[in-house]
Amino acid sequence: MKEKFITIHSTCVPLEIENIDTDQIIPARFLKATDKIGFGKNLFADWRYQSNGEENKDFILNNPAYKGAILLAGKNFGCGSSREHAAWAIAGYGFRVVISSYFADIFRNNALNNSILPIIVSEDDLSMLFDKVKSNPATQLQIDLPSQTVTLSDNSWSCSFEINPYKKECLLKGYDDIDFALSNRLLIEEWEKKA
Amino acid sequence: MNTLFDKIWDKHIIHSIENGPTQLYIDRHYCHEVTSPQAFEGLRMRGLKVFRPEKTICTPDHNIPTINQELPIADPVSRQQVDTLTSNANAFGLTLYPLGHELNGIIHVMGPENGYTLPGMTIVCGDSHTSTHGAFGAVAFGIGTSEVEMVLASQTILQPKPLKMRITVNGELAPNVTAKDLVLYIISQVGTGGATGYFIEFAGEAIRKLNMEERMTVCNMSIEMGARGGLIAPDETTIAYLKDKPFAPKNSEWDKSVAYWQTLKSDDNAVFDKELAFEASDIEPMITYGTNPGMGIGISQSIPSIDQIDETSKVSFLKSLDYMGFTPDQSLLGKPVDYVFLGSCTNGRLEDFRAFASYIKGKKKSENLTVWLVPGSQKVLKQIQQEGIDKILTEAGFELRQPGCSACLAMNDDKVPAGKYALSTSNRNFEGRQGPGARTLLCGPLVAAAAAVHGVITDPRSV
Ligand code: SF4
Repeated sequence: MKEKFITIHSTCVPLEIENIDTDQIIPARFLKATDKIGFGKNLFADWRYQSNGEENKDFILNNPAYKGAILLAGKNFGCGSSREHAAWAIAGYGFRVVISSYFADIFRNNALNNSILPIIVSEDDLSMLFDKVKSNPATQLQIDLPSQTVTLSDNSWSCSFEINPYKKECLLKGYDDIDFALSNRLLIEEWEKKA
Repeated sequence: MNTLFDKIWDKHIIHSIENGPTQLYIDRHYCHEVTSPQAFEGLRMRGLKVFRPEKTICTPDHNIPTINQELPIADPVSRQQVDTLTSNANAFGLTLYPLGHELNGIIHVMGPENGYTLPGMTIVCGDSHTSTHGAFGAVAFGIGTSEVEMVLASQTILQPKPLKMRITVNGELAPNVTAKDLVLYIISQVGTGGATGYFIEFAGEAIRKLNMEERMTVCNMSIEMGARGGLIAPDETTIAYLKDKPFAPKNSEWDKSVAYWQTLKSDDNAVFDKELAFEASDIEPMITYGTNPGMGIGISQSIPSIDQIDETSKVSFLKSLDYMGFTPDQSLLGKPVDYVFLGSCTNGRLEDFRAFASYIKGKKKSENLTVWLVPGSQKVLKQIQQEGIDKILTEAGFELRQPGCSACLAMNDDKVPAGKYALSTSNRNFEGRQGPGARTLLCGPLVAAAAAVHGVITDPRSV
């Protein structure tokens, strides 16, 4: 059983960079662990910390004005390496939702498998959200998975987002794919006999 | 009216969830040390065995040193990860080719060269460059660790069916233009996210003329335009390559397999969701200037000027150039580099070493830079020695290292220092990919060779 995902009401962290690859999300030198914990502190490590280990004040995650469970990111978020450590780092840091205008395929699957909701909005809506959040860091978004909507809390904007109905069910109920796959064991064995 | 992709995909469907992903049977699962420990741990927590242990092949590659492999791995954390793969493979009864074994190597190099990768298969690995195996006409794609666990547990995976794209490359490549240049050119045209959501079939005369190693280079990098994977229909080249590979089918099984492989192609009237076409004659040796593989130019061209860039991408473009220490409109020819890396699952095969050696033969390594020559596998290393390529390299002042992923992702000690320039035949030029602050320019083996000899970025056609 995984954590259930239903609604989130939160401020956002605006990371206005395109094509953020999973090497940036979690650099390779942090992939040596054999468990899933502790990746949050190294999320975006090379942008977040200077080479002496001190925080890089210019990086958005170190700006105390921006907090929250929602990451706003430029288009093509999560491209590159398949490392699920990227999803573990995002979840470990405390993000539950990433909003962008599109995501790399492997990252999207990895996110969903870790109860992180990737939400796709249009490029125009994305730049509007960046503007709102940058001009007022207290801007809040309401994410409602059952109705598949994302709404600015002042109700000035709302839009629906797509999610595969199967994946939605998994997130709402905290199911994972492996339980499902194994429930089809007989079908798998039949397939093998025919092959 | 089916595409090759549809034919392979459809044949492997266990179950289609209404409005949901497809449960797909997986014929081959490759496994390495970095993305698997948590998957094995998950199996243990569920009290499960590996469902079909004979279909998984394990080898350590990402995190291993490329010198002194005979000695215990010095970095204790790396050593623990490699040891964990060994103990997991032993505990779950999986085939493992450990460090130093004659079949050890980068998983996408050792799998195909031993006949573990075959046409018509579905293939996965917790590694995005699993797309490499598409060169054989297989549906091969990278997966995350949760999915690795699922494959171990059930030999199946849940995947939404991607859209289909065909990329046709007409005509013939010019001399000294390699498969790497071809794929870097395509990525520069399509963009780093341009094929997101698609599975690509590569077709056309220029593709058909490539040998298997070159086809692997092309399919390897399909992920760098965002594609789920890329494949090439099997043909006589594929079949000739596979004949007598250790784990390829033998005798009557071979004949039966070949008969099936010959049916593996897209129907004449197959419909693709998107079609793109390129002319091979437009392609020259390529090099990248930015921090994603789509930021590539012909070596004789200049970095784009700012007004050639989309409004929304300007900030990212300038950030990228700032990281690289370049400016818009700059030409890269004559620019000094500090490191050259020949290797990786993109360009660490025999053909690549042949190409590199063909250029440097009779010349001398430039004193101003460090050159890492890293074969993709033990077998590649052996072939290099058997062909005498190692002698050509040594005479020119180069040294060979031992096989592994090495500076491609710099998880081991092969790291490029901050601020230094590395001309690299690998597949990713992301910020910090080759070490924190390292600046990577991607290229093919000939451009790498030219720089290794001259110390500066040089057009390999000019000397
Ligand atoms: S050589 Fe590079 S891209 Fe290939 S598997 Fe190793 S780390 Fe990944």
